[in-house]
Amino acid sequence: MATVSELRVHRGRRSEGWLLVLSWALAVLARGLVDYHADYLELDELAWYAAGFAGVLTVLHIVLRIFAPHSDQVLVPVVTGLIGIALAEIRRIDFAYAARGRETDFGTTQIGWALLGALAFIIVLIVIRDHRVLRRFTYTAGILGIVLYLLPAVPGLGKEINGAKIWIGVGGHSLQPGEFAKILLVIFFAGYLQTNRDALALAGPKFLGMRLPRMRDMGPLAVMFAAALLIMVNQKDLGAALLFFGIFIGMVYIATERISWVVIGLVLFVFGAIAAGVLFNHVGARYDAWLHALDADVYSSGRSEQLVRGLFGMASGGLFGTGLGNGRPDLVPYAESDFIIASLGEELGLTGLMAILTLYVILVQRAMRTAIGVRDGFGKLLSAGLGFAVTLQVFIIVGGVTRLIPLTGLTTPFLAYGGSSMLANWIVIALILRISDQARQPAANAAPKAEESGPRRRRPDLEEAPQR
Amino acid sequence: MNDPIRRLSVVALVLFMALMGTATWIQVLNAHSLNEDPRNVRTLYREYGTYRGPIVVSGESVASSKEVDDSYGFQRTYSLGPVYAPVTGFYSIVYGRTALEQTENTLLNGTSDALFWSRLGDLFAGEQQQGASVETTIDADVQQAAYDALGDYAGAVVALDPSTGAIEAMVSTPSYDPNVLASHSTSDVNEAYSELINDESQPMLNRAIAQTYPPGSVFKLVVAAAALEEGYTADEKIAAPDVLELPDTSATIRNYEGESCDTDSDGDTTLADAIRVSCNTAFAQLGMDLGWDTIESMADDLGFEESIDVPLTTAASQLPDDPNEPQTAQSSIGQFDVRATPIQMAMVAAAIANDGVLMTPYLVDSVRSNSLQVIDTTEPSIFSNPFSEDTAAALTDAMVSVVEDGTGKNAQISGVEVAAKTGTAESGTDDPPYTWMVAFAPADDPEIAVAVLVEDGGEGATGGKIAAPIAKKVLQAALNGDS
Repeated sequence: MATVSELRVHRGRRSEGWLLVLSWALAVLARGLVDYHADYLELDELAWYAAGFAGVLTVLHIVLRIFAPHSDQVLVPVVTGLIGIALAEIRRIDFAYAARGRETDFGTTQIGWALLGALAFIIVLIVIRDHRVLRRFTYTAGILGIVLYLLPAVPGLGKEINGAKIWIGVGGHSLQPGEFAKILLVIFFAGYLQTNRDALALAGPKFLGMRLPRMRDMGPLAVMFAAALLIMVNQKDLGAALLFFGIFIGMVYIATERISWVVIGLVLFVFGAIAAGVLFNHVGARYDAWLHALDADVYSSGRSEQLVRGLFGMASGGLFGTGLGNGRPDLVPYAESDFIIASLGEELGLTGLMAILTLYVILVQRAMRTAIGVRDGFGKLLSAGLGFAVTLQVFIIVGGVTRLIPLTGLTTPFLAYGGSSMLANWIVIALILRISDQARQPAANAAPKAEESGPRRRRPDLEEAPQR
Repeated sequence: MNDPIRRLSVVALVLFMALMGTATWIQVLNAHSLNEDPRNVRTLYREYGTYRGPIVVSGESVASSKEVDDSYGFQRTYSLGPVYAPVTGFYSIVYGRTALEQTENTLLNGTSDALFWSRLGDLFAGEQQQGASVETTIDADVQQAAYDALGDYAGAVVALDPSTGAIEAMVSTPSYDPNVLASHSTSDVNEAYSELINDESQPMLNRAIAQTYPPGSVFKLVVAAAALEEGYTADEKIAAPDVLELPDTSATIRNYEGESCDTDSDGDTTLADAIRVSCNTAFAQLGMDLGWDTIESMADDLGFEESIDVPLTTAASQLPDDPNEPQTAQSSIGQFDVRATPIQMAMVAAAIANDGVLMTPYLVDSVRSNSLQVIDTTEPSIFSNPFSEDTAAALTDAMVSVVEDGTGKNAQISGVEVAAKTGTAESGTDDPPYTWMVAFAPADDPEIAVAVLVEDGGEGATGGKIAAPIAKKVLQAALNGDS
């Protein structure tokens, strides 16, 4: 029985190098186009940007060669490609705002955030040399994660921006603690589930042809559900709660292979979401703005105006877009952050949007591939959990902007303007690469030393870190 | 744990495909209706951001777009704004579009399907999408002459080429300047618009096609045409009492200022003479003799009770619904519930001028892409054949006598035989009457047919006094231009 899919061993990181060149070209071309259409093209400034971008990519590449030489070669180019496009678009939105007399400098600030994110990425890769050390912090991460999630509810600390209470104000800056909580919770779930998966997977009563878990094992699910509800009510929207609960359900499913957990979880969530809509006016209003977005009274009341303006923008982009710099993304409020995907949809068209979504698909599939490749259960859960977290986050925000689900205030990873999201998502990529490095190590030195004498288990494909 | 991971990655893929699905729905499948949504200012901005084609009159642009350095990109300007306002309409960032700016919008802004190949050419040439130019049938000299001739009167002039239906002049006064409404300052536009809309003289009303008036004696041409088609001859004697007692009522019909149109005092006159002197009693009696159905059918053939897109939409001229005998008598002299637009009465004149063949009036001659390639040309089409050539000839003779020796002497042009019919219709108890003239010239080979309406000719105004000199100037402008 094949326990671990063998991955081809690559010598060096040449593929990554070429892909990075590609992402560099994309970023520089996009910025050049934006400057050109804004009649702002100064070649020496563009040259500095190109040189700086190339420098950062080189540093990233060298760090990876040294500290994670076997890790996945596609992830970082995908990320830098996304960032390159977004930096151009955000700069373009600055120009659009400037044309209407609103001075903003999101573009330059975002470059700073991207650099800071890359730095965090490098630090994580250097400091965490084996992802399994994170398992030691399972419960610390869990508690910290919940605390971070609930921080915006603290009076005086929490800030409400654009109708979502997912911010805290620290020294004049706004932070989205939920972005970091997301990572901590995935670490917590991975550790917790790895330890308790056997109990959770035990068979309980049969119901509707489905094997239910035992009632006494439902405790953690109930706690998580309650936490999700709390988040939803507190933050006035579905997004963070859906992300939080979705990650949990997904990871429970991976750990237990029991579809019954998913069904119970989904039923609970749908029930909770409906109940919240009935009980709390502001949640109900959000549903209303979603279902009846184009109705005259809902639109004129302003509840769905942002959403509908985003739809108008995307529609005007059509199949091929207006072209970078030729649309009017500034007509949508928060075009540079929450609605960056609508801005990109307008200027790059459906074609561009498909390409961006495909980049996310590649990113997520590489994370999943890493999960399949790595040997220890904690690593599997962590990598798949992070991959699924990115999936859900993109789905929730892009789904909200495209009116697939109610609109919520999550950020689009690597695209949206904002530091918290940029930093957190770079850390996600660092963790996946760290796991990937282990998964793809040549067989000779792959097996971690401590595990070599470990007893064979009933399911040998589930090797895991030693129990403490 | 690998199987659930694989399944989860399939779930992830499905979620992304759902996003791609909705994106496709928004950007392609449903994009049209989103782009057409009136709340979508983007469509407006994009429209303002592209070069809008000009509206051309006699080779000169009367509405054109100039590149300007503001958020809209282009400024619409109207040379000779008030003269052409009823034709061009306005193009406003606040109040949208009217007249040709509205009806030809997709051609002017370049989004029309007819411009597909031209757009494709622009795309490959790397040029910005450009709108097409719309060339109107208006003759600048005739239009200007009509505008000048109306002067301070409130009224309208419509001139048609009888043989094609091409509209050579469409004037409505008082007019307005579309330039103030095309301003890019929202507050200026709002102020100007509310001023115009609250102006009691209704400067934005296109009196030439959008307003109906009692046609008065001009409608006698329709009754006469019906009679001739029914077998009457121009020389036939018809009753012409000084006072016509109407049946079933104490009401009577008299002639203008109580005059008699019975020159030899034998109680009757000829049909031709009745037209010449515009005899009310004769036509009231004739109408009752013919019966309303006969007159209505002739009027309908001439375009009454029908709205036409020229492509500006005309108001339908109205006829009474099932009138009794006294009402028929009143209607036969163009009063009671008969109401007609100036363009409708111009069509009556044009049908007579064109030997009984009425051509459909049209305002757009051709459309050219920005590369000057002709996209579309209007082919003249027959609207109806309301009466025979003989009837047309008889009516023409009678109308010539109107100018030579009747109510329309003021329309005489030396060296040219003019055919015309005057009209003076009561507008209300105290208001001055509406004065009309329809005319065409030269009578033997008509090049132009006009209808003139003046709302406020003053105390004692008649078609012959007020409208006839205006018609004369319009005819002269048209005939001079051709020679």
